[in-house]
Amino acid sequence: MGELRLMKGNEAVAEAAIRAGCDGYFGYPITPQSEVMEYLMAERPFERTGMVVLQAESEVAAINMLYGGAGTGKMVLTSSSSPGISLMQEGLSYLAGAELPAVIVNIVRGGPGLGTIQPSQADYFQAVKGGGHGDYRMLVLAPASVQEMCDHVKLAFDKAFEYRTPVMILSDGAIGQMMEKVVLFDHIPRRTDEELIKQCPWASNGRPKTRNHNIVTSLDLDPAGQERVNLKLQAKYREMEKKEVLFEEVQCEDAEYLIVAFGLSARICQKALDLARAKGIKVGLFRPITLFPFPATQVSNVGNRVKGILVVEMNAGQMIEDVKLSVGCKVKIEHYGRFGGIIPSPDEVLNALEQQIIGG
Amino acid sequence: MEDQFIKTDILKPENIVYKKTSLMTDKPLSYCPGCGHGTAHRMLMEVIDEMDIVDKTIGISPVGCSVLAYDFMAIDMLGAAHGRAPALATAIKRMWPGHFVFTYQGDGDLAAIGTAETIHACNRGENITIIFINNGIYGMTGGQMAPTTLPGMRSSTSPYGRDVTTMGHPLKITELVAQLPGVYYVTRQAVHTPNHVRKTKKALRKAFELQKENKGLSLVEIVSNCNSGWKMTPVNSNKWMEDNMFPFYQLGDIKVDGKLVVKTETSEKE
Repeated sequence: MGELRLMKGNEAVAEAAIRAGCDGYFGYPITPQSEVMEYLMAERPFERTGMVVLQAESEVAAINMLYGGAGTGKMVLTSSSSPGISLMQEGLSYLAGAELPAVIVNIVRGGPGLGTIQPSQADYFQAVKGGGHGDYRMLVLAPASVQEMCDHVKLAFDKAFEYRTPVMILSDGAIGQMMEKVVLFDHIPRRTDEELIKQCPWASNGRPKTRNHNIVTSLDLDPAGQERVNLKLQAKYREMEKKEVLFEEVQCEDAEYLIVAFGLSARICQKALDLARAKGIKVGLFRPITLFPFPATQVSNVGNRVKGILVVEMNAGQMIEDVKLSVGCKVKIEHYGRFGGIIPSPDEVLNALEQQIIGG
Repeated sequence: MEDQFIKTDILKPENIVYKKTSLMTDKPLSYCPGCGHGTAHRMLMEVIDEMDIVDKTIGISPVGCSVLAYDFMAIDMLGAAHGRAPALATAIKRMWPGHFVFTYQGDGDLAAIGTAETIHACNRGENITIIFINNGIYGMTGGQMAPTTLPGMRSSTSPYGRDVTTMGHPLKITELVAQLPGVYYVTRQAVHTPNHVRKTKKALRKAFELQKENKGLSLVEIVSNCNSGWKMTPVNSNKWMEDNMFPFYQLGDIKVDGKLVVKTETSEKE
């Protein structure tokens, strides 16, 4: 068993990055995620592992630092919160277009605009459907605990390099700020230059005379060429849909009703489920862990066995669109959401289930 | 045939005194005939070739006319988003400290959309080289006004000339960043005559040598023509550049060994 610690979610991200063998962190302060960079600066990973940590002049610069580092094959990470992630959208599109591996953590806060610094899940569409320009997707992970904040960093790096794609960890202000015990995985040494070059033969990191020059770009002015780029990206996304879906089912076997929720909402719904079961209501919980690829088949399998589905999100109804597309229209599907930084209570969720699904 | 005569009688190995560096690819340049980009590319590649550092050099191309620079330079390169090249270069140099990292940027890229990235990379004293091509216009998008367009100068978005009261003054960003302590070497050159080409190459060599010594950021500005954007013949554009651009963007060293160069009457006449 690894080292056991009591940590904030944001700190767990930072410590996990060091342990995963990350080469560089580039970020800009924004509440409620600033602890990531604060932890790294205090921890001095440049002395521990040689990892570079740099406070950029903006989120725009930070994401382009990621692009530069990733283009040379380095393992790079940034974190931010909603308004900062909006500023990064151009860079995310470029990362996807140039097929570069990078990990981006979004500790979501309430919006739109400057919004609030309290937790929210209102960036689901932005993370899952694109956000930047052009046809691209990111692999999106939705941690529901500090433990998953830690574990998802390693998973995200693995998948980023496996698919040469940006991977987003879509968390929220509550999971970023709350403290829980976490079992840290053991240190993985940073790759040597030789290992990096072997893993990333496509990267631009200095041309030995034995090979042609490498070019990292998202540009192809020829429409036929650009269509080929797009087809390649789409094939990659279909592959992810086949192989990378992650989800959790809680008491779904005998469920008559189903709650679908991700991240923090799923934690709250777990408690609501317990309250419902205590009252004799047979409720199950389905938690998508990857938001892209979405567990469409899996949620459909469970969803079509029950009498009704309540989708609980800290937004005005975003993931519900994917649930509806997956499950179809034979089962009643309703949404319950709170916005702007309000976290729903388990009682509220149970009440919504009884009012909108069971009684409705 | 004249061709045949040249091939057989003149092009003998013993007669070749100058040839294209192997670090320029065989791809035909996408630049307009008469443009200075090709010469600037070549000088840069010659320096990397002569220093024998190709295996340790990473270049970053901008958005603008030189967006395809990576097709012409046979070295490892990355194409940056508009204006962001210094951010890429920052991360790359920090994670590959033993490598030579340069950005190649135009005036719109470096002095308008990328101003923040430029100033902050300079201010952090990143050990990189910025090559700044200033032709006072947006060439690729069709001749719009640039941050460096001269007062009164016509462009497609200042068709009656740049009116500084409403369109702002041309930005001398080179002089501006030279003030920053992290910046070690700043010079302004040109590539329209053999003499200027030689000086430019020398400046580029100096900038790359300084990277080896970890002295801080070096910026080589090359004032260049844009005969297409300025709507002139190449010859006339070079004359116009000498008469109009050079008085405003004066050639020569601006900062050497971390110290601002104090210009005297005599040095300006040179």
